[in-house]
Amino acid sequence: MNRSFIGRNPSILIFLLVLAIFTIGVTFMSEAFGAGMISTSFVKTLGKTLCLALVAVAMDLIWGYAGILSLGHFAFFGLGGYMIGMWLMYERTREIVESSMMEAPIPPTEQEIVDGIGNQIFGVVGSSEFPAVWAFADSLVLQLALVVLVPGLLAFVFGWLAFRSRVTGVYLSILTQAMTLALSLYLFQNDSGLRGNNGLSGLQNLPGLDDVSQDYVSMWFFWGSALALALGYVFAAWIVSGKFGSVIRGIRDNEARVRFLGYSVEGYKLFLFTVTAMIAGIAGALYYPQAGIINPAEIAPIASIYLAVWVAIGGRGRLYGAVIGAVFVSLVSTYFTGGQAPDINLGFYTIQWVDWWTILLGLSFVLVTLFAPQGIGGLFDLVSGRHHPDRHGADLGPDHGSLREEEAEE
Amino acid sequence: MSQLLEVNGISVTFDGFRAINNLSFNIGRAELRAIIGPNGAGKTTFMDIVTGKTKPDEGTVLWGEMSRNLIGMNEARIAQEGIGRKFQKPTVFEDQSVEDNLLMALRNNRRAFAVLFWKPTDADMNRVSELAAEIGLSNALGRKAGELSHGQKQWLEIGMLLAQEPKLLLVDEPAAGMTPEEREKTTDILVEAAKTRAVVVVEHDMEFVRRLNCKVTVLHEGSVLAEGSLDHVTANKQVIDVYLGR
Ligand SMILES: Nc1ncnc2c1ncn2[C@@H]1O[C@H](COP(=O)(O)OP(=O)(O)O)[C@@H](O)[C@H]1O
Ligand SMILES: [Mg+2]
Repeated sequence: MNRSFIGRNPSILIFLLVLAIFTIGVTFMSEAFGAGMISTSFVKTLGKTLCLALVAVAMDLIWGYAGILSLGHFAFFGLGGYMIGMWLMYERTREIVESSMMEAPIPPTEQEIVDGIGNQIFGVVGSSEFPAVWAFADSLVLQLALVVLVPGLLAFVFGWLAFRSRVTGVYLSILTQAMTLALSLYLFQNDSGLRGNNGLSGLQNLPGLDDVSQDYVSMWFFWGSALALALGYVFAAWIVSGKFGSVIRGIRDNEARVRFLGYSVEGYKLFLFTVTAMIAGIAGALYYPQAGIINPAEIAPIASIYLAVWVAIGGRGRLYGAVIGAVFVSLVSTYFTGGQAPDINLGFYTIQWVDWWTILLGLSFVLVTLFAPQGIGGLFDLVSGRHHPDRHGADLGPDHGSLREEEAEE
Repeated sequence: MSQLLEVNGISVTFDGFRAINNLSFNIGRAELRAIIGPNGAGKTTFMDIVTGKTKPDEGTVLWGEMSRNLIGMNEARIAQEGIGRKFQKPTVFEDQSVEDNLLMALRNNRRAFAVLFWKPTDADMNRVSELAAEIGLSNALGRKAGELSHGQKQWLEIGMLLAQEPKLLLVDEPAAGMTPEEREKTTDILVEAAKTRAVVVVEHDMEFVRRLNCKVTVLHEGSVLAEGSLDHVTANKQVIDVYLGR
């Protein structure tokens, strides 16, 4: 208890070290700053993967630690993406509109420019009026604030209603799915104000930075994603390290008991649900400029389920497990669905990975859940068990089933 | 004399079955009380009502100097008022260390933000060692609660109760599954605790109740059948019929 936060959690240092080495390594292999061994599009893939790792950390906080299986955190991720996408698209379109109008003999008025932007952005949905939700789209600062405020507010309102009525377990998971579905269906509508199924596009182009090549932009976002992951990880580790962590793990294991200790379980859940939604929003705001496009399909209920699958495969209840799961599964998934994996010809049937990958993933999920609930992260216990024979001298426990000392001696 | 807890005429019905029937019960500020009664008499349900888990259909539960009605408050609020509860089956946080279990129970600010920034002071740590010594778990502070024996878990839960510093302790069958020596030690802890606060112990085992040496309330079919010293109630004809005689 007297040791420092990092001292008590050496895994944080290890994680930060690995992340730093990875970031520097990628930098020196990139097109922009190094040998060019890694293509710009793969840098983007890696940067996006770091964002997925960050939203997985949030998922692990809410599910792995507090035991709330939210199947809606990808909706918060998508909302974060939409919020930053609005500014990117607005400002970028303004540049295009302004430069084309400047060629006209009479200089355009401010209103004409705004109308021009509206025409450009909303032409695809047969409109040119700016919906009310775009009110702040010309302000980077406000849209950045909305990246956390919109997911945070939605999570707060949803959580307040659900937790107050003591909805738990699978019912809560279903409710979060319903919320996600409702949001994506709403966004699919043309009059949602966010361009319906077209979504927001061209997000990879940063306004005012036309002459900077994507080689550089991709690296900036890669660094930004790495930094956000580092900060998010340390923040999450801090949250779970102290008494707050004890309380939320208590809620996961026996929420009634926590209530009788005098803790307002609903308040803790609401706090954590909202904070993790905000983290998810930040992750999404870094992800979609690297993806270049966001549309309502990104928010589909299945995306949030995948998120849970990553965390389960990586190992829930340990933050690095979530990161490992997200990185591993999403990269392998890119490999299989990107058409890079060679088809396997069985003579009578050809296994095409694009189709079979989902089945493989589902199968791994079931196998991990049944046979290795600790996930990939559980492998680290084997290693750390050997390197920390601290348990010497501790008695073996009342029933001799817990062979702690013997394990440590190996 | 003002009472700490006054339960007046509470009743509760589960699907047409009257589990608690017009029950009244009082306890003073520093008093030890045993509640006995056959299985299904409503002992646990009575505790559920006092701690806010179950809402009674009628009646009042008045608490403290101000005689505030506890009915309608949620569990956390009632716990903060100073009512601690030990469950029939030991419920500790098995995945966490004995120390973390005790720290979580220590009487401190329960609000999320305060807890987030909370750091144990020396006083807190001393209190934890004191409690650990009292419940015989000084050498087990770093161990996961799940590794403890059944009896040790019961004690840990009692230790967590004491850490809350409640004004009223409700203890549901603390001696269940304990060895005779463990039972003896449990009696000592409860008798000691009752010197400074109210303690209500639900128990089946007559030997255990005898050793507590306190006033006894006999519950039957959701209401009080008899009340008084153990010898007094065991001499009661009705008590013998419904409980002891079987
Ligand atoms: N939530 C509930 N729903 C339905 N019946 C209940 C519920 N809780 C308790 N009961 C019934 O109320 C009666 C009293 O139970 P309980 O208080 O647990 O008895 P005791 O603790 O004295 O053995 C029992 O018949 C039990 O089946
Ligand atoms: Mg009972």
